[in-house]
Amino acid sequence: MDLDLILRVYPFFLEAAWVTIQLSVLTALLGLTCGALGAAARMSRLALFRWIGAVYVSLWRGTPALIQVFILYFGGPQIGIQLDSFAAGTIALGVNIGAYMTETIRGAIISVDRGQTEAARTLGMSRWETMRKVVLPQAARMMIRPLGVNINALIKGTALVAPISVVELTYTAQRFIGSTYKPFEMFLLAGLLYMIIIYAVGHGINWLDRRARIT
Amino acid sequence: MTDQAFVTIKNAAKSFGTFEVLKDINLTVQRGQIVAIIGPSGSGKSTLLRAINELDPLSSGEVWLEDVQINKKLPYRQYEAHVNQVRQDIGMVFQHFNLFPHLTVRGNITLAPRMLKGLSEAEANKLAEEQLAKVGLSEKIDEYPSRLSGGQKQRVAIARALAMKPKVMLFDEATSALDPELVEEVNQVMKQLAEEHMTMIIVTHEMDFAASVCDRVLFMDQGVVVEEGPPSVIFQNPENERTRNFLRKHLSR
Repeated sequence: MDLDLILRVYPFFLEAAWVTIQLSVLTALLGLTCGALGAAARMSRLALFRWIGAVYVSLWRGTPALIQVFILYFGGPQIGIQLDSFAAGTIALGVNIGAYMTETIRGAIISVDRGQTEAARTLGMSRWETMRKVVLPQAARMMIRPLGVNINALIKGTALVAPISVVELTYTAQRFIGSTYKPFEMFLLAGLLYMIIIYAVGHGINWLDRRARIT
Repeated sequence: MTDQAFVTIKNAAKSFGTFEVLKDINLTVQRGQIVAIIGPSGSGKSTLLRAINELDPLSSGEVWLEDVQINKKLPYRQYEAHVNQVRQDIGMVFQHFNLFPHLTVRGNITLAPRMLKGLSEAEANKLAEEQLAKVGLSEKIDEYPSRLSGGQKQRVAIARALAMKPKVMLFDEATSALDPELVEEVNQVMKQLAEEHMTMIIVTHEMDFAASVCDRVLFMDQGVVVEEGPPSVIFQNPENERTRNFLRKHLSR
């Protein structure tokens, strides 16, 4: 193991890790937005919205995220969508994880006991009032952990924008291998940095989950 | 007390697929009357109760509260607004309490009155205190439901329903999920409501309670009202063979 090399290149990796973090945060925010909209569509009273939600989930979960990234970045310009690699990567990954989050959010909502809805409706509360004041506060607690699983997957999934030359961790590792021929050290360093990010986020999720349980 | 019809059910029928749960049921409950519905499981008694506030809408027939038809056929938005309105007048208590676990006792009681009746925080708090005093749980106002016993939960659920000042109360096996020693405290609250002449329709398995509190008893089996009358007749001198069979099993316990 070439420790000297690691010490020389690690500042570049830290910079790349920062890009990975930015990618992750933006992807998570876009994913949560798509997930909330998707869940609302899947549970709509109107069949058209339910259908749109179902198609979204099955198409985006049914194809590799890498293909979705390629379609947007390489295929986009053909239909007039010209995005830089960072934007294309973020959007493709965010919409992709949104399909998984749709199912996570919907699952948490439908796992709230039916009796809760019945009690609220019986008091005269509307569908929306019931959702907002009774069902969602309970579902929110239940979705913290499974959304954490989605976020964990999404962080590792940001590696999929390396092939479109976003200078994040995986891309940076590959680039340095090209000049140093030391794949073991370079991938190990990248892996270590991914692990630190994931560990920190995991802690954050645990903290949120604990807090939600107490109150 | 007047003799006017308060809750009226006309030709109520309901089926799930080809299975008829309710077959042409008619029932009139007067203001202040307390009616018990008894019968074996699957007889349709809970379904009938849940049809009164449109939780399980009828396939055909009518449900009225005073001069308002509850199950009016309306376009979706109007229908929703209509049921949300009429449900405020119909309190319901469930077998499994269905308290909101993320809210305190106070929050459980004040949520709907604040939201639907526009009560201020102070007014809602006063209301919660009054209703809790009534069910004897004033000291639990800031507890979460998870800290209450089953009997206490059910009493809070009753207080929550009463806080909407309903015209009629529906009880769907309110004591069936309780440990035997906790049944009495809930029965006491229901008796107290009876003394205040609250109109009540009670689905129950407790024959003693039905006999002591109710003005009328309906025996249902296989989706029809087999027999109805004052408790003295139904429990001591039922006419119908099916009623006799059912009571033999339940009274001898």
